[in-house]
Amino acid sequence: MLISIVSLATRGLDMGIDFTGGTLIEVGYQQAADLTVLRQTLTETGFSDATVQNFGTTKDVLIRLKPHDDMQNKDISAKVLDAINKTTKEPASVRRIEFVGPQVGDDLAQDGFLALLYSTIGILIYIAWRFEWKFSVGAIIATFHDVIVTLGVFSVFQLEFDLTVLAAVLALIGYSLNDTIVVYDRIRENFRELRKTSTEEIMNISVNVTLSRTIMTSLTVVLVLVSLFFLGGSVIHNFATAMLFGVVFGTYSSIFIASPAALILGISPADLMIPVKEGADLDHLP
Amino acid sequence: MQNHFPLWKNILVLTIFLISLIYALPNLYGDDPSVQVSSANATAKLTDDQAKQIEAAIKTAGVTPKAFEFNNSQVLARFTNTDEQMKVADSLRENLGDNYTVALNLAPTTPSWLRALGADAMYLGLDLRGGVHFLLEVDMDAAVKQAEERYVDDVRLALRAEKVHYQSVAKDNGYIKVIMKTAEEKADVLKVVKKDFRVLDITEPPASEQIWLKISDLEVKEIKKFAVAQNMTTLRNRVNELGVAEPVIQQQGENRIVIQLPGVQDTTRAKEILGTTATLEYRLVDMEHDVQQAIDGHIPVGSRLYYEKNGTPHLLDRRVIVTGDQIVDAASNVDDNGRPAVSVTLNGIGATKMGNLTKVSVGKPMAVVFIEYKNETKVVNGEKVRHKEKVEKIINVATIQGVFSKRFQTTGLDSPQEARNLALLLRAGALAAPVDMVEERTVGPSLGQDNINKGILSFVVGFALVVLFMAVYYRLFGIIANLALAFNVVIVVAILSMLQATLTLPGIAGIILTVGMSVDANVLIFERVKEELRNGNAAQSAIFIGYDKAFGTILDSHFTNFVVAVVLFAFGTGSVKGFAVTLIIGILSSMFTAITGTRMVINWVYGNRRVEKLSI
Repeated sequence: MLISIVSLATRGLDMGIDFTGGTLIEVGYQQAADLTVLRQTLTETGFSDATVQNFGTTKDVLIRLKPHDDMQNKDISAKVLDAINKTTKEPASVRRIEFVGPQVGDDLAQDGFLALLYSTIGILIYIAWRFEWKFSVGAIIATFHDVIVTLGVFSVFQLEFDLTVLAAVLALIGYSLNDTIVVYDRIRENFRELRKTSTEEIMNISVNVTLSRTIMTSLTVVLVLVSLFFLGGSVIHNFATAMLFGVVFGTYSSIFIASPAALILGISPADLMIPVKEGADLDHLP
Repeated sequence: MQNHFPLWKNILVLTIFLISLIYALPNLYGDDPSVQVSSANATAKLTDDQAKQIEAAIKTAGVTPKAFEFNNSQVLARFTNTDEQMKVADSLRENLGDNYTVALNLAPTTPSWLRALGADAMYLGLDLRGGVHFLLEVDMDAAVKQAEERYVDDVRLALRAEKVHYQSVAKDNGYIKVIMKTAEEKADVLKVVKKDFRVLDITEPPASEQIWLKISDLEVKEIKKFAVAQNMTTLRNRVNELGVAEPVIQQQGENRIVIQLPGVQDTTRAKEILGTTATLEYRLVDMEHDVQQAIDGHIPVGSRLYYEKNGTPHLLDRRVIVTGDQIVDAASNVDDNGRPAVSVTLNGIGATKMGNLTKVSVGKPMAVVFIEYKNETKVVNGEKVRHKEKVEKIINVATIQGVFSKRFQTTGLDSPQEARNLALLLRAGALAAPVDMVEERTVGPSLGQDNINKGILSFVVGFALVVLFMAVYYRLFGIIANLALAFNVVIVVAILSMLQATLTLPGIAGIILTVGMSVDANVLIFERVKEELRNGNAAQSAIFIGYDKAFGTILDSHFTNFVVAVVLFAFGTGSVKGFAVTLIIGILSSMFTAITGTRMVINWVYGNRRVEKLSI
C-alpha cells in the first residue's frame, strides 16, 4: 500500500494514448524486426519522441508517438508507415493504428474519474442502507486499498494505463465489494444469532466460515483471468493484468482489511439488531 | 414437501433455456465473404434486368459465386474466400460504372428458418472484423461565430429595409453592438429588433445610444444542434459513396460524430472522401442560345455547359447568383397545395443578391449546380498520384415565380423523396461548421481474425478450467453448477444476439469474466449446504436451508457488481460499453441460472426421496 502510494506520487502512471492523446501503430513482419533501424529511421524523419518496442513476439512492433502540434495528427500514421517501409526489406503489415486527439483524452480521463466517483457513492449508499454506515466505510476503505495497490503495481512496473485498464479497475471495485459483502453478510447474521459472543470473536468466526468460499470464488476468477492473460492477445493484455492483480489483492483485503476496519470504527451487535428490511426480504423466498 | 419444484417452474426454466438456445444458435454459423451491389441513387431500386446484368458481370470476372441473391432491391453474391470476393469487387467497380455502389460484406449463413424467427448472429465490432473508427468533432465555436456574422448582416439589412437610421452594426466580444446617434433612432431600432429578431437577447447599456444584442441560449442550442445534424447528413452521403456495408454514423455527446466503417482498410481513401468539400451555385439558365449547338462545341461566351445527373444538358449563365456558403438552411416540406417542396433560407448577402436578381428575372428558369472537390489518390504505373478533381452537376432547375430574397421555396418536385434528397444536397453544399478528426482507430483484418481466435481460445480454456475445478471440488453439485454455467453463457449470447448488440473483444472478456464470477453464487450456496451438513442437518433440509440463506447474500453481493457495471455502461465509450453490457447481462442471467437453474436439477436428482448423503 505504502509502496503504491509513494510510486504513484513520484513516478505516476504510464498513461496510454487513450488519456494523453497521441498515435499508436502496431505492425507485423514475417521475420524478426530490427528495432534499432526502425528507431533511427523515425528519428531521421523527425519523430524523435517515438517509442519503438517489440510486442508479444519479436515480429510484432509497437510504435507510440506523442501528439504533435506542428503537424496534422491524422497524417502522422501515414508518414510513419511510409518512413519505415522505405528502410525495411518487406513492407510492414498494419495490424492496428490508433490516433487519439488530446481533447478526447481529457474527456476520457474525466469520465473515468466520474465513473469512479459515482460507483463509490452508489455503493456507499447501498451498503449503508442494507447494513450500517460503519460497514459501508469499511468496505470503501478495503476497496480503495485494492484500487490503489493495483494502480501502484501499474506505476511500479510502468505498465501502460489505458481505457481497458480503467474498465478493469472499475470492474474490480464491483468484484472486491462482492467479496467484502459476503463476509459482512455473515457477520450480520452471526451478530443476530450468537448474541453472547464478543464482537471480535464474531468477526473471526464469520471470516473463517466464509474463507473457503472467498478463496474458491477468487480461484475460479483467477483461472479465467490467467486464460485471458496468456491467450487473450494484445488488446486485452493490460485488462487481464489489472484484473489479475486486483482480484488477488481484493481477496486479501476483504479478509484482512474490510472487517477490521469496521471493528476499529466501533461496530457492535446493537447496530444491526433491528432486522426490518432483511426480514421482509427473506419472507417471500421459496 | 421440500425440494420440489411445481410443474410450471420446471416448464418456465426449460422454456427459457430452449428460447435462448434458438437465439444463440445463429452465432454458430459463420459468414460468407460477399459482394453487395446496390443502386448509387438511394431512391432507385435495381430491376431484374440490372440484376441479370450484374450476374453476367460477375461471371466475366472468372469467378462463380457460391450463391447469388437478389432481394430488397440489391444484389448479394456470396463467395468461398476473400480472394474471390476482392477479385469480383474490383472487376465490378471497374465495369459497372458510377450508377452502382459495390460494397464488401460478410453475409451471415444463418439458415432461413432461424432468420424467420428473427434470430440473427451478434454483430461483430471493428476490433473483431477489422475496419476504421473515426471520431469527428464539430467546431461549435465556429458554428456560433458564423451565426453571429449572419445576424450582423441580417440586422443591418432589416434596419435598412425599414429605413431606420443607425451609425454602425458590428460584432464585438460576443455581442452584436448597434450604435445610434439619437434616442429616437434607438427607439426605432429597438422596435425593429423586437419585431424581427426574437432570438436575440437585448441589453441596453445605461446612458448611451447603444443596443447590445446577444444570441439567446436557446438559439445557441439550436445552432449547435443544426451544425451537428448538417455535418451528419453530409457525412452520411459521403459514406454511401465509399461503398461500405453496414456503416455506423452516430452522434456522440453534444458535438461529436462517430463513424465506423467495417471492412475498410484503406484509411487514406476513406479520409479523402469524408473530407471532400462541397458547395453549390445558383445560376440563371441561358435561354437565348441553343443547347445542341453548345454540345457540338459552340459554347456562347457568357455561358457554360452543365449536365444533370441523368445526362440532360443545360446552358447556364456564367455569373453566379448565390453560392452554397450563403445558404443558411434547407428543409423539405410541402407547399400550399400540398405538393413536395424544399424551402431554402439565405443569409443577408445572399438574400440581397437573390432579391436583386429575381426583381428582373421573374419567369426565367434558375438552376442549382452541386460542386464537389474530391481528393483522390490513384495508383498510376505503380506510383501514387494525388489529384484534386472538381465534379459539377445540376441538381435542380426551377422557374422563378416571383420576387424573393431571404426565404424561398422550390416546388414542382416529383415526390417527397426527391424533395428530401434535394434538401439534403443543398445542406451538404451549404455553409457547414468545420469538423476536426479527434480520434482514429484502424484494425487490420489479420488482427481482427486474430482477436476472434484469441477471444474464443481464451474463453474455451477459461471455461474448461472452471468446469474442471468445480467438478473436482463439488462433484455432482459441481457438475450441476457447470450445466448452469453453460446455460448462463447461452443466455448471455442469446440476449446479446436479440439486442443485436455489438460484440467486441472487451465484450468477450466480459463474458469470460462472467464465467469466472457467476459460479460465485453456486459456491456460496454449496458452501452453505456443506456448513448445514456439518451442523448436523439432514441432507434435504441442508439443501433447503443452504439455498435459503445464501439467497440474501447473493442478492447483496451481486447488486454491488451490478451497480458498477451500470456506472461503467453510463460513462464508458465504445469497447468499454461493450464490456459493461456483457457484464450486466451476465450478472442478471447468472442469478437466474445459478439459483433457479441449479435448484431445478438438484430437485430432480434429490427431491422427493430419502437421501442419506449428498455428493458435494
